[in-house]
Amino acid sequence: MGRYVARRLLQMIPVFLGSTFLIFCMMYALPGDPVRALYGDQAIDEAQIAAIKQSLGLDQPFMVQYWNYLTGLFQGDFGTQIASQQPVADVIADAFPITVRLTVFAFLFTVVVGITLGVIAGLRPNTVVDKSLLVLTLLLISVPSFVLGYTFQYVFAFQLGWVDPNVNDPENYGQLLLPAVVLGSLSLAYVARLTRTSIAENLRADYVRTAVAKGLPRRRIVGIHLMRNSLIPVVTFLGSDLGALMGGAVVTEGIFNVRGVGYTVYEALTRREGSTVVGIVTLIVIIYLVCSLLVDLLYAVLDPRIRYA
Amino acid sequence: MRGAKSAKWVAGAIVVALAATACGSGDGDSGKKGTAGQPAGYVSIDVGEPQKPLIPADTNETLGSYVIKALFAGLVTYDAKGNLVNQNAESVETKDSKSWTIKLKKGWKFHDGTPVTAKSYVDAWNWYANIKNNQQNSFWFADIEGYEDVHPAKGDPKGDAMSGLKVVDDTTFTVELSAPVPYWNYKLGYTTWAPLPESFYDDPKAFGQKPVGNGPYTFEKWDHKKLIQVKAWDEYQGENKAENKGIQFKNYTTVEAAYQDLLSGNLDMIRQVGPKDLPKYKQDLGDRAVDEAYAAVQTITPAFYTKQWKDIDPKVLQGLSMAIDRETITETVLNGTRTPADSFTPPQVNGYQKLDTDVFTYDPAKAKKLIKEGGGVPDNKIFIQYNADGGHKEWVTAVCESIRKATGVDCVEDAKPDFQTDLEARDNDQVKSFYRGGWVADYPLNVNFLRELYWTEAEANNGRFSNKEIDALFKQGDNAKSLEESVKIYQDAEKAVLEQMPSIPLWYYRINGGYSENVDNVNVDFHGDFILNEVTVK
Repeated sequence: MGRYVARRLLQMIPVFLGSTFLIFCMMYALPGDPVRALYGDQAIDEAQIAAIKQSLGLDQPFMVQYWNYLTGLFQGDFGTQIASQQPVADVIADAFPITVRLTVFAFLFTVVVGITLGVIAGLRPNTVVDKSLLVLTLLLISVPSFVLGYTFQYVFAFQLGWVDPNVNDPENYGQLLLPAVVLGSLSLAYVARLTRTSIAENLRADYVRTAVAKGLPRRRIVGIHLMRNSLIPVVTFLGSDLGALMGGAVVTEGIFNVRGVGYTVYEALTRREGSTVVGIVTLIVIIYLVCSLLVDLLYAVLDPRIRYA
Repeated sequence: MRGAKSAKWVAGAIVVALAATACGSGDGDSGKKGTAGQPAGYVSIDVGEPQKPLIPADTNETLGSYVIKALFAGLVTYDAKGNLVNQNAESVETKDSKSWTIKLKKGWKFHDGTPVTAKSYVDAWNWYANIKNNQQNSFWFADIEGYEDVHPAKGDPKGDAMSGLKVVDDTTFTVELSAPVPYWNYKLGYTTWAPLPESFYDDPKAFGQKPVGNGPYTFEKWDHKKLIQVKAWDEYQGENKAENKGIQFKNYTTVEAAYQDLLSGNLDMIRQVGPKDLPKYKQDLGDRAVDEAYAAVQTITPAFYTKQWKDIDPKVLQGLSMAIDRETITETVLNGTRTPADSFTPPQVNGYQKLDTDVFTYDPAKAKKLIKEGGGVPDNKIFIQYNADGGHKEWVTAVCESIRKATGVDCVEDAKPDFQTDLEARDNDQVKSFYRGGWVADYPLNVNFLRELYWTEAEANNGRFSNKEIDALFKQGDNAKSLEESVKIYQDAEKAVLEQMPSIPLWYYRINGGYSENVDNVNVDFHGDFILNEVTVK
């Protein structure tokens, strides 16, 4: 088991190098010059643009630029933003905690509410409860997140006044509640459906019948025997979902004024801040990898038949 | 037991992963506040994160300019009508438009207590202009004699001072320009010309994060991507003293989010209402809605290097201009956020004239006739290039539709995914037919809207328009004896420009913003910016 984890962690190094290289290539291939763009529609000054590019090393050939970036990275230097001249590490350190907080919040919401709903419906397949869950999840899946975001904002913040419409202080969990719910809703629908199907199916499995025949209390049958086996597809989904929640929250972050990772990457992309994009995307890749490792390990917890040597 | 053991490994992996990605939580901010409230007497506005460090000559975009304007006071400034008024200067005088003498008001200080002297200006300008210091607005100093020494087109600078700048005494300095510029004092109203204190030169980088100016506000804090806070400065000597206790510049991810905060009372001023809220913002805000035109123009500009427009008869362009129904498009598609243009210069600038022409009036019959007289549009098809990330698509579609309907000339959108790509195509002369152009006044003078755009050698002349007669008129205007005369010659030049149609002006920009019930006295300058020092708290 220990060796397995170590091996998986070591595998992340080539993936890390590969992903930085790919993203670096993509940023380099994008048309548009970030220094030139600072001047916008107004008059430009070729000599000054050339001087600024030289001072940032942007006049170098591609491989040299990448090499400089990598060597900087290993010394803990993520590079410097072109316009703001702030270290990219600071930019990342500003954005990540906010997104982590929001993601954890959304994730907890998804897990707790999604699994609960799924179990309730799964235990009573084809009843009114089950059907209404189907309708609810269908609604959540089909409504785009920006519609949901603006609707929630209108109803809960403006009509009912329960929460603040925007996040002005990312440490205020009350303000983060609404965006977290919106962010988690889509995953919630999938989690609820996956759980429901899995539970409904396993309800008829032999081992459940055995457990019932043994005279085990219902709570134990559902809580231990049924849940543990039914959660494997759900955990698989949740693992990959965690990564998606972190990187793909641009729309929700925009609506609720959350200055997290999604917003930062989007802004950096439009401004062609190469080192910022590469830095953040690489971190997201690593988070994805770690999440999938956790999922694989969790399989062993849930299903004793799975072992890692 | 197996499960329990595995769980331990899971926990272990989590620890390792968290350490590796350094995304641990608990990264608390020091200034923890329960609400989004602001200190008493302060006003807040949705001004996002400035792109650049807060150094006057490195800031050319709106967001940074707002902060710089609060922190620094230049020699001169403009009044509501776009006229020049002295600020830190006692007088800015010249006899021949080439040698200028600038006298400063006595007793002015920087926020750190050191005096504002002639040297503060001269040293700052030399530093700004030096190519080594990578200041974005360095070319603004190009009129001064000796600029090439500190800012050569190629290679290292020869010296670190421009020979045209001389300190006479503590409050007087002289400026020698390399050629006469009758309106040079108008340029001085731009924040780029602000003075710098001695302490700046010790560490310009740190200064950019914590600037020390001489303006009506002192710097308090910059919480990156969140807010910048400045405080009213009691010792400020100028006329434009702060009427409030301070300003918070708050960063919002979207204009919609900012608008929500304005409605819920968490924000005092919003600079621009987003398209989603435009149809209803006047009902929401009542007389607190701000809807005013400012000195900026939007055009579609032909690329004169293309086969299509190379030797075109200007009549064709005039015809196309008359095929655009500006009134209807600004009212419907643009929701009243623009005013139809009737000249190449906006009304807010000194020297604006209503051109005696019908080129800007919608008249399909005459449009057709003019195009026919001019020999028709080559290929009978035009493209309009624009950037798809700037909210231009709607009006480009409408303009195309209008041209197609009125003249039968096919008109196709040529969308570039973003502004960068759009600019690259313009810089590299790759525009197929027309491109979307825009110009916001640097200083409120008609010169700025003509010379910078239609002079053969102007950097922003991306259509590569070139006309000897117009160049000669510009030159004549630059050699004029006085500002008034110069403005007049440029007015004549504008009439010549109308004959040649180097671009088709569409409309002038409007600011569509608003303010909360907590503040009062919210006014807009020629630039479309709120005049923040005048804003009072109720």
